[in-house]
Amino acid sequence: MSGKNTLGIIYSNAYDEVLSEMTGLRTMGSVPFAGRYRLIDFALSTMVNSGITKVGVITKSNYQSLMDHLGTGKPWDLSRKTEGMYILPPFSLFGRTTSGNKLQSIKGISSFISQSNEDYVLLSDCNVVWNMDIDEITEFHKANNADITIVYQNGIAPSLENLMVFSMDGNTVKDITFNPPKDEKVNYSANIIFMSKQLLERLINDAISQNYDSLERDLIKGNVSRLKICGFEAKGFVRMIDSMLSYYSVSMELLSIKNRNELFDKERPIYTKVRDDMPAIYGLGSSVKGSLVSSGCIIDGEVENSILFRGVRVEKGAVVKNSIIMQDSFVGTGSSLTA
Amino acid sequence: MARKTECIAMLLAGGQGSRLGILTKKIAKPAVPYGGKYRIIDFPLSNCVNSGIYTVGVLTQYQPLELNDYIGNGQPWDLDRQNGGVHVLSPYQQIQGSEWYKGTANAIYQNINFIDRYNPEYVAVLSGDHIYKMDYSKMLDYHKEKDAACTIAMLEVPWEEASRFGLMFVDDDGKITAFEEKPKNPKSNKASMGVYIFTWKKLRQYLLDDEANPDSSNDFGHDVIPAMHEAGERLFAYKFDGYWKDVGTIDSLWEANLDLLNPKVDLDLSDSSWKIYSRNPVAPPHFVSSKAKVQNSMIADGSTIDGEIDFSVIFANVTVEEGAVVRDSIVMPGTVIKAGATVQYAIIGENAVIEENAVVGKRPEEMDDLENWGVAVVGESRTIGKGASVEPKAMISEDVKEAE
Repeated sequence: MSGKNTLGIIYSNAYDEVLSEMTGLRTMGSVPFAGRYRLIDFALSTMVNSGITKVGVITKSNYQSLMDHLGTGKPWDLSRKTEGMYILPPFSLFGRTTSGNKLQSIKGISSFISQSNEDYVLLSDCNVVWNMDIDEITEFHKANNADITIVYQNGIAPSLENLMVFSMDGNTVKDITFNPPKDEKVNYSANIIFMSKQLLERLINDAISQNYDSLERDLIKGNVSRLKICGFEAKGFVRMIDSMLSYYSVSMELLSIKNRNELFDKERPIYTKVRDDMPAIYGLGSSVKGSLVSSGCIIDGEVENSILFRGVRVEKGAVVKNSIIMQDSFVGTGSSLTA
Repeated sequence: MARKTECIAMLLAGGQGSRLGILTKKIAKPAVPYGGKYRIIDFPLSNCVNSGIYTVGVLTQYQPLELNDYIGNGQPWDLDRQNGGVHVLSPYQQIQGSEWYKGTANAIYQNINFIDRYNPEYVAVLSGDHIYKMDYSKMLDYHKEKDAACTIAMLEVPWEEASRFGLMFVDDDGKITAFEEKPKNPKSNKASMGVYIFTWKKLRQYLLDDEANPDSSNDFGHDVIPAMHEAGERLFAYKFDGYWKDVGTIDSLWEANLDLLNPKVDLDLSDSSWKIYSRNPVAPPHFVSSKAKVQNSMIADGSTIDGEIDFSVIFANVTVEEGAVVRDSIVMPGTVIKAGATVQYAIIGENAVIEENAVVGKRPEEMDDLENWGVAVVGESRTIGKGASVEPKAMISEDVKEAE
């Protein structure tokens, strides 16, 4: 596994604002998803399953719930004597405040990066639900002699600030634009970025000396003619969350077996913090159809086309339809939740 | 030398559980899956941790591979510790030769060195094959209060079942006055649960004496405790009145699983103040499709249900296809039940495949002679061919061919 030579870096706060209802008290990385996970589980598990043994998690604000979830990194096998998981809280030099955007954050962890022994770096955000074999990205990167490889998808681009849209020539990115039209299929970045550590360090130094402000606009687009930037088309179930609506629709897509089998590939399991709940119990007279149900649930009512997180109780006479019910919620007799 | 520890637990997990037949062909009884995601040993281990006992020796002997693997470093039970934690203790070679654990008392005798490292005041000796939730710390308080040499947890069982147990006679103070081992006509219904707390100094001496006695069978119930009783040691019974089940037979294993679906049974696994810990399956939530019908059942993570489930316990990563029916059954992890198959009154082992339209087990109402009725068992990784049928009470240890 070539992942052994790659350092993983995850932005836990990227795009918090698009799910402000859920990220008010937490990071994008700790947003609950698919019944028992947090969004950061996908990036972390993907990295670990590809052999990456050192992952830095960049935090900016409200990261209590994230730290509670990650603990020592044990569920991902990242609680280690050497390497493992590092939580990287905001860093401010001489008390200077930073805007905390991606480039600022990565400047703040430049010593963490330079002290790592890995030759490559993989950067990911947390609003991406994915489970890919990173070895394929690594091999693609080498085969194309790329300086930077960015995973992209073809389709209507999500509404995310500074989202890169590529014009491609074969595998090579020829130009990068922003703010694409909303009615046209484009090749947009999934913000999963792979490059050599040496190059990243050089780019960070440039950014410091030139006082650049944007990773996407200055470092990547600004170097599009100087560096070989390649696009790797995403495989399997990869979705970017850009709003509450897409959080809902991406969640609901998992009610299809094809999507579930792609995302929860048995060879590459998604790990998460364990809660030691008992298996779900279905009472006499309950009715459950087309739903994802997590452990710890006790269902005596009616549930249809919904996702129940761990420890949800649906009492007799309660109806839940087309809904996502978060951890430990109680739906009492007579209530009806139908979206 | 480890830090002095007030009480440590020794968990007897070497039993074969021969009456469980093919279910324990490759694994020891304490490793048998139970309750959708647990193994039997999760109960005594979780009880220890919840009772504040953080040093546990697990004595293994029969088919220990899966059990050792399952316990690992003890992390799922918070027993991966700097001081104490869980230790798997297998028989080992000594200068005077090596021998297997000859009996329960001999198993503890052979590990006197382990216990002495912690220099405990008290040692709890537990059995690794019972399902129950019990606070050992309260029993320890009782043991201290009574200044006992040995305290035995005691359960009042129905009179008609009393003859299957080791029974005790107890005076008003809780002191044990006499024992009766599986008598034909029981005069007491106070049964021993196989949970003991000993004052270590006393037990240590009795173990040495017992080992020196060539006529002893080196068993707690047969030898050590009667010897203590004869010598006039203070033996007390500690009354327990919760759910307790010895899952020693196919029927009792089946029953104990389905007890979880009975609201009248006092075994609540959702109680967050007394969690039962286990090595959790790494799997997404289970999915119940729009064609499925699930009633009065328990389903674990990772399963996909398209068929009909009634009064059953479904473990992790089980697939039940459309038109398949599972009733009054226990289906262990990774098993596939294909379209049109029927599984009734059965225990299906791990990773088995029940092919299309196969029939496993029967309802008792369908039988002419109830003598021949019983729970059918399909062994681990076995395949029941298309349209084949498995009779009630059968134990399938070989693949069954497709019906002609």
